[in-house]
Amino acid sequence: MAWTITISFAGALIVALLPKDKPVLARWFALVVSVVGLGLAVAGYAAGFGQGRQVFVDALWVPSMGIHFLLAADGISRVLVLLTGIASVSGVLFSWNIDLRTNQFFAFYLALIGGVYGVFLSGDLFLLFVFYEIAIVPKYFLIAIWGSTRREYGAMKLAIYSFVGSAMVLIGLLAAYVTAGSHSTTLAALASAGLPISFQMWCFPLVFVGFGILAGMWPFHTWAPTGHVAAPTAASMLLAGVVMKLGAYGCLRVGIGLFPHGLDPWGFSFVGIGSWRDVFAWLAVIGIVYGALVALAQTDFKFVIGYSSVSHMGFVLLGLMTLNQIGVDGAVLQMFSHGIIAGLLFAIVGRVVYDRTHTRQFAELEPMHLSRRLPFAAWAFVFAGVASMGLPGFSGFVAELQVMVGAWQANPWWTIISGIGIIVGVAYIWRALQKAFFSDTLPTPHELEAEQTHKFAPITWPEYAGVALLGFCTLAVGLYPRILLDQIEPAVKTLLAGGTQ
Amino acid sequence: MNYVDLFRATLPETALEIAALLVIVVDLGFLRKAAAQIRVAAAAVLGVAGCAAAIWAVYAAGWGSLSNGSYVVLAAGGSAAVAQVAILVLTALTLLLFIDTGFTRNPGEYVSVVLMATAGGLLISAAQDLLVIFVGLELLSLGLYILTAFAKQSGKSAEAALKYYLFGGMSAAFLLFGFSYLYGLSGSTSLPRVVLWTYMASANGATSLLLIALVMIAVGLGFKIAAVPFHFWAPDTYEGAPAPAAAFIASVSKVASFALLISISHAILWWPSMLHLGGRLTVTVSSPGAPMPHNTPGMVTAWPLILMVLSAASMVFGNLAALAQTSVRRLLAYSAIAHAGYILLGLAFFGWSNLSAQAILYYIVTYGLTTVGAFGVVGVVERATGSDKLDSFLGLQKRNPLLAAVLLVLFLSLAGIPPLVGFWAKFNLFAAVITLGSGPLHGPGPLSSLPTDALALVILAIAFSAVSLYYYLQVLKRAYVMPASDESPIKAHPVTMAVLVLIAAAVIALGCFPALLQNWIASFYV
Repeated sequence: MAWTITISFAGALIVALLPKDKPVLARWFALVVSVVGLGLAVAGYAAGFGQGRQVFVDALWVPSMGIHFLLAADGISRVLVLLTGIASVSGVLFSWNIDLRTNQFFAFYLALIGGVYGVFLSGDLFLLFVFYEIAIVPKYFLIAIWGSTRREYGAMKLAIYSFVGSAMVLIGLLAAYVTAGSHSTTLAALASAGLPISFQMWCFPLVFVGFGILAGMWPFHTWAPTGHVAAPTAASMLLAGVVMKLGAYGCLRVGIGLFPHGLDPWGFSFVGIGSWRDVFAWLAVIGIVYGALVALAQTDFKFVIGYSSVSHMGFVLLGLMTLNQIGVDGAVLQMFSHGIIAGLLFAIVGRVVYDRTHTRQFAELEPMHLSRRLPFAAWAFVFAGVASMGLPGFSGFVAELQVMVGAWQANPWWTIISGIGIIVGVAYIWRALQKAFFSDTLPTPHELEAEQTHKFAPITWPEYAGVALLGFCTLAVGLYPRILLDQIEPAVKTLLAGGTQ
Repeated sequence: MNYVDLFRATLPETALEIAALLVIVVDLGFLRKAAAQIRVAAAAVLGVAGCAAAIWAVYAAGWGSLSNGSYVVLAAGGSAAVAQVAILVLTALTLLLFIDTGFTRNPGEYVSVVLMATAGGLLISAAQDLLVIFVGLELLSLGLYILTAFAKQSGKSAEAALKYYLFGGMSAAFLLFGFSYLYGLSGSTSLPRVVLWTYMASANGATSLLLIALVMIAVGLGFKIAAVPFHFWAPDTYEGAPAPAAAFIASVSKVASFALLISISHAILWWPSMLHLGGRLTVTVSSPGAPMPHNTPGMVTAWPLILMVLSAASMVFGNLAALAQTSVRRLLAYSAIAHAGYILLGLAFFGWSNLSAQAILYYIVTYGLTTVGAFGVVGVVERATGSDKLDSFLGLQKRNPLLAAVLLVLFLSLAGIPPLVGFWAKFNLFAAVITLGSGPLHGPGPLSSLPTDALALVILAIAFSAVSLYYYLQVLKRAYVMPASDESPIKAHPVTMAVLVLIAAAVIALGCFPALLQNWIASFYV
């Protein structure tokens, strides 16, 4: 499984050196690299059933500070590595039509993927941070060079938000390292170092918010919609699909794993909020409702999906804050599920629709009657949309249900209010479906004529393959969630029991 | 101390001086009629050979310090040796970058001035005596003034040199004034003895005089490292000086000056650490019967405070001013001010254990390396486009992909993005600052509570290094994102290109294996 990292970085380097005038070669090479990565992820995942934490590599990296090059995976990591593999393959498939500086595109793309694999597999605090930062720079270039609407603004905003977040994390990590005074910086060693509770109390929120920025935590989410909209299709798929998960994973693994006492009650309460746990849970609930309501008001198709990501990531953060088995299980499952569904939605909006219509405004899409002209896109979006609404049978349902049950056990109000978000979620998907694909009005003769003269390019095989891959995953997990939960549950159990073993 | 000892201890400096003379003899004596390219190449190669000989001499000198009986005059080993080797390597790199420039018709003079200035740098890295420090500093500074003015046909170069010279002369006066007070207080020019006697002097009520002396010294040295508010020369000099000279000023002179600051901080902590280790410090009070003061601060409290103020001002001002620059050289100058701020933070929370000295050395060595590379890239672009404005980097990835890749690596390293070496430099330094913030004698180990002032300054530093990403990305954005206005390829001399690629490769390799450089530095601390 650790080879996923090596292969991605080596692939990035080789793709960068491939001849510039052969985009086909770069594409196929990137596809092969990501498929090999996915194969390794699947094999590692299958081998991990019934296993606890597996250690792949453990070498002393910086002896003077006790930093280890430690790659390890428990159930949570394996699920997210699997997600990364799927997202990277589908991302390559949906960027098949990139012709501008193709080899550079895939070099940055694979470097990003390598960093993401690295974060999920790191067993050492600073190694995790190093990979986390490696993922920032390629994102900037992917958006700034190959993006669309206000790409330089969106890219710079994303880079600055990420860097501010990681600066907060770095302060927290340095403080934790010095306070622990331990000779090893592996997560396990630091978790058992017995950091003072007063220290955890201020370090936890710092680290949690630092990672939470990348997870789209309200009110630090504003990079997400602009970044998603500006990004090229594959990059928005990766942003929503895996990069936001980096933040959530950091919150879980580092925030909750290392500073569990940061969630203890403060000893006093103010309007019913008596701990950091309450604060962040309410921020998550606000994010769920706010994201959904804002998505309802958008006129740009991609902004709808962008804000829906904020809403769905709210469930992940809410699930983490329940601190009970079912809620955190749900949060991890939701990470996987949202990664797949958001990837599918962005792929349809960005690649299948936008690259043909060259507009994402509902007002312009409506007269195009896309359900007639791009039936595949329309039905794929119906499929992805109902998955995103959380219809039973799709992965989103199982994940959000678990989060809601966990939240009810912790504080029923969280569940009740975030329920509003789910209802609004149905509404905005419905609205997007109607505006973009299934218009009320019949086409006028003039529009029918335009349809005949301006035929859209036919759907290509990579698009079919990508939609099939992502659709299969959400259905499979929705129908048989045990395939993931069997790995997630024991890992969450040990993590909540204290220690990152 | 006899002349044989002196010769042995200054073997590296001697090697450089001999090389400097040789360069002049060869250039003016044998190659007068030769083509300019050959003269440049011959001078540079001789200079590099001189540096190599000096590096050999540093290693061969071993760890025996030169002392005049009881006190060390020139230190060997430890931070002095690390800084000397780094200075020599960086000098060799700047000499290789000189090959392609052609701003002067007197390459021999240029190279020999570089070598003599480097000898000054070697002296101050090792100096343990106020007089040697001053002589070394002047040797270095005079060389730098000449190098700044070396592009004779450029008005900017002359302007920069004049500004640099006026500021430099004034700050040297401040430094000398501060030294004279120290001498007056202690009656000695040897650093450890000065520190000891100023303890006694401050115990006898001369603290205010000591403070004046320290502030004067901070002005003098603050100028050398371009710390705010003594930084005004830096942007103009970086902008006006010929590119290889700017690279030399930005790297070699910085490394030497910070090595000097390490020696001073080290000396200041000598006596408290002796007490800590069970030694005794007898403080004589001049008037018998007067109450013995409980608190004899000496320099231990005042010096770090001065450095903290300089550090915070440099980090904040340097980073903010860099945001507004349109010239890449000025941007690098303000970023250098910011980096000086980070390093000063390490010096303000200096610890007796080798932790801080090694973290600071790691920082200056890697920073010097990256800066030489950055100026090399700027020089190449400048020669091709005629300007160092941000917009002359437009479309660099198309005009010279390799150069753009080098720029990407170096600037991201300056911004502190892992896995490049700049990240580890910041990381080590900040970890050392927090660890040592609770007291200079604290070694690694668990803390009962975090020192708030050190933590607050580290938070400031990390926050402003997040700001710094913005301006580094402004350059990279033009190189990679924005379309080129002129797509003609940029050609660079193969040697220049090889040096730049080597530097970028070193930045990546040392970043992926951070222990390599740490172990190398630690190997001098035996």
